Amino acid sequence: MQTLKLKATPKEKKSSPAIKHAQEVSGSVAVLDALVAENVETIFGYPGGAIMPIYDALYDYKEQLNHILVRHEQGAIHAAQGFARASGQVGVVFATSGPGATNLVTGLADAMIDSTPVVCITGQVFAHLLGTDAFQETDVINITTPITKWNYQVTDATEIPAVLAKAFYIAKSGRPGPVVIDITKNAQLQKFNYAGYEKCEHIRSYRPKPIVRKEYVEQAAELINAAEKPFIIFGQGVILGNAEKEFQQFVEKSGIPAAWTIMGMSAIPTDHPLGVGMLGMHGNYGPNVLTNECDVLIAIGMRFDDRVTGRLDKYAKQAKVIHLDIDPAEIDKNVKATVPVWGDCKETLPLLTEMIKQKVYPQWLQKFQEYRQKEEDKVIYEELNPTTEVLTMGEVIKELNELTKGDAIIVTDVGQHQMVACRYAKMNQTKSNITSGGLGTMGYALPAAIGAAYGDPSRHTVAIIGDGGFQMTLQELGTIMQFKPNVKIIILNNNFLGMVRQWQQLFHEKRYSFVDITSPDFVQVAKGFGIPGKSISKRPDLKNALKEMLDNDGSFLLEIMVGKENNVFPMVPQGRGVAEIVLCREEV
Amino acid sequence: MQKQEYTITVYTENQIGLLNRIAIIFSRRKINIESLNTSPSEVDSVHRFTIVINETEDVVRKLCRQIEKQVEVLKAYYNTEEEIIWQELALYKVPTDVIAEEVKVERLLREHGAKAVVIRKDYTVFEVAGKREETDNLIKVLEPYGLIEFVRSARVAIIKDSDGFHKKLKEFEYHQPGEDTSENEFLSENEKVFSM
Repeated sequence: MQTLKLKATPKEKKSSPAIKHAQEVSGSVAVLDALVAENVETIFGYPGGAIMPIYDALYDYKEQLNHILVRHEQGAIHAAQGFARASGQVGVVFATSGPGATNLVTGLADAMIDSTPVVCITGQVFAHLLGTDAFQETDVINITTPITKWNYQVTDATEIPAVLAKAFYIAKSGRPGPVVIDITKNAQLQKFNYAGYEKCEHIRSYRPKPIVRKEYVEQAAELINAAEKPFIIFGQGVILGNAEKEFQQFVEKSGIPAAWTIMGMSAIPTDHPLGVGMLGMHGNYGPNVLTNECDVLIAIGMRFDDRVTGRLDKYAKQAKVIHLDIDPAEIDKNVKATVPVWGDCKETLPLLTEMIKQKVYPQWLQKFQEYRQKEEDKVIYEELNPTTEVLTMGEVIKELNELTKGDAIIVTDVGQHQMVACRYAKMNQTKSNITSGGLGTMGYALPAAIGAAYGDPSRHTVAIIGDGGFQMTLQELGTIMQFKPNVKIIILNNNFLGMVRQWQQLFHEKRYSFVDITSPDFVQVAKGFGIPGKSISKRPDLKNALKEMLDNDGSFLLEIMVGKENNVFPMVPQGRGVAEIVLCREEV
Repeated sequence: MQKQEYTITVYTENQIGLLNRIAIIFSRRKINIESLNTSPSEVDSVHRFTIVINETEDVVRKLCRQIEKQVEVLKAYYNTEEEIIWQELALYKVPTDVIAEEVKVERLLREHGAKAVVIRKDYTVFEVAGKREETDNLIKVLEPYGLIEFVRSARVAIIKDSDGFHKKLKEFEYHQPGEDTSENEFLSENEKVFSM
């Protein structure tokens, strides 16, 4: 086994070697002490001028804090996101001022829209230089305001303990999200009388959870008990709320078929008898069509994204909608709720479970089964058992399922491979699906997989990436080379920017405009980074190659050449209703 | 739903950057802010924003939820014109000699409730507090007499039905808000519910 730096054994009292009693410490030491107190063990970062005092202090914290030096700050934040998604803890990032901070922007936007708890600490120029166009000065607070749950600039070291406590509390409580703390260099250097770190538990202007209102839970239960064709759709809220158990109990007692959004995937095992598949543009046939047939739609921890709803004026108009969400701003945002059940679903679901009758809906489930069969006949069978010589993305996932048994963390990038992986991957455990759902960030998967490998080292982390997305952040192979997290990389190479090509084929008369992308020899590239690899294109090699990858001690890159012009179906074409989902090109 | 004028009242912590955080909620959705005022509120340490926009109620309700979602925002209310008492303050700079010579002008100013703030040899500054039409009218009136400068403040508004924020703030200071927190009063009125 390659040595993955395992989590440090928790010590009795986590306090800095530099701190003995209440005493004079620098702002930098206070930052690191805060991280230790918040049980942070891994930091993804990149040093630079304005954050040097913190890095200098980090030199004495090597025992307690494991710093992973990435190759680009975007890699740092995606890794922190992957870490957070795999572990359920807050991901931590260090970056310097100016370009260091601006390189975080994509990841912040991604973490914001996918509700991922991340705390980014950025260095900033000396306070007296703010606004003077100093070297590597950028207005980080204003750049990141729309893409952070909270941000704050520290110019005085005495603020550091309280501000960091607030940062962690805000990042992880309620609906999680990214927080940026911008610390000027003078504050990092400034010595102050440090009285120790105190966790934040309350901010008067911030209510992470709305109050659970029994009246609404009762109304919801009444609707559910009277329903004949109820349908559950669930999102990442179930996972973020640690409510998988409560959710499963609710589903099983209610007997209601449940479909997941891409972000909710793995909250219950993908082969759960009541799990009917994925919603959305490339989701499963039945869940999409039957959204427009159900009489009660129970949405749990999901936000009715346009990729899930298709055209809103044709979305579930016949249904009464029960919406469970922790964020009041989501209620009625896109779909009007008949009954809004505000609150943490870990609290609301058990209340609801208690009030509903145990039921089964054999005929209604049969309908899902019928649609499943239709999808199987027209799409799935051919994708998983192709008759042509060329490999399909689907059969790769099928073989992978057999080898991992659904126990791996699957990290996907963005595009066709992402949709195919999420359509066909088996997942037995929660937090198995790590992907950029809301923002659709190409280049996410490789760094996120690195983070996931640290977030849960007990499982295999398999990154599935397209040839386009891989080339966006492939420099992070350097991080793998140096720190040796165990990441299995599968590149599904179709020599195209496949999803855009699919759209150009379907909606732009096959005018393939700049989707033809040339790739380097990925195996050679990996070799340059000291990572073993292999490239295959033939079916007989598939199983053994995947096995070799998984069995390899440490990271491995496997390039699999797949059909150039394969399309992902079913598909809800943009601007159409969910019931207008098509199964093949001819129907578009 | 028809667009109409709404006045949004936001109670917040007094924090650098919060103005921007609130302003971009509007600009992101390409909604023009007609008027924006920040001031202290009836509660020490709590700040008050008064924002005027033209939108449908549905949009305004969603905007208020997005505003309330900000960490440093305590509460956001929205009201139609009938539900508030509001004023704007306007200042007019006019040449003093014209006023001295034309008796008519003085009468006009009095009719419009204008009050002299500064009288100098060369110019006089008048102020008028009132509704938009009132302050607008006086511009037209003064223009022929050589209006030198005009400026109008943002709207400030008092909510007719409000009991102020003192009691509400106490609820916010508890870790666990009590049963009688604001939103329960709307329990049976789904339409009105927009708070946390």
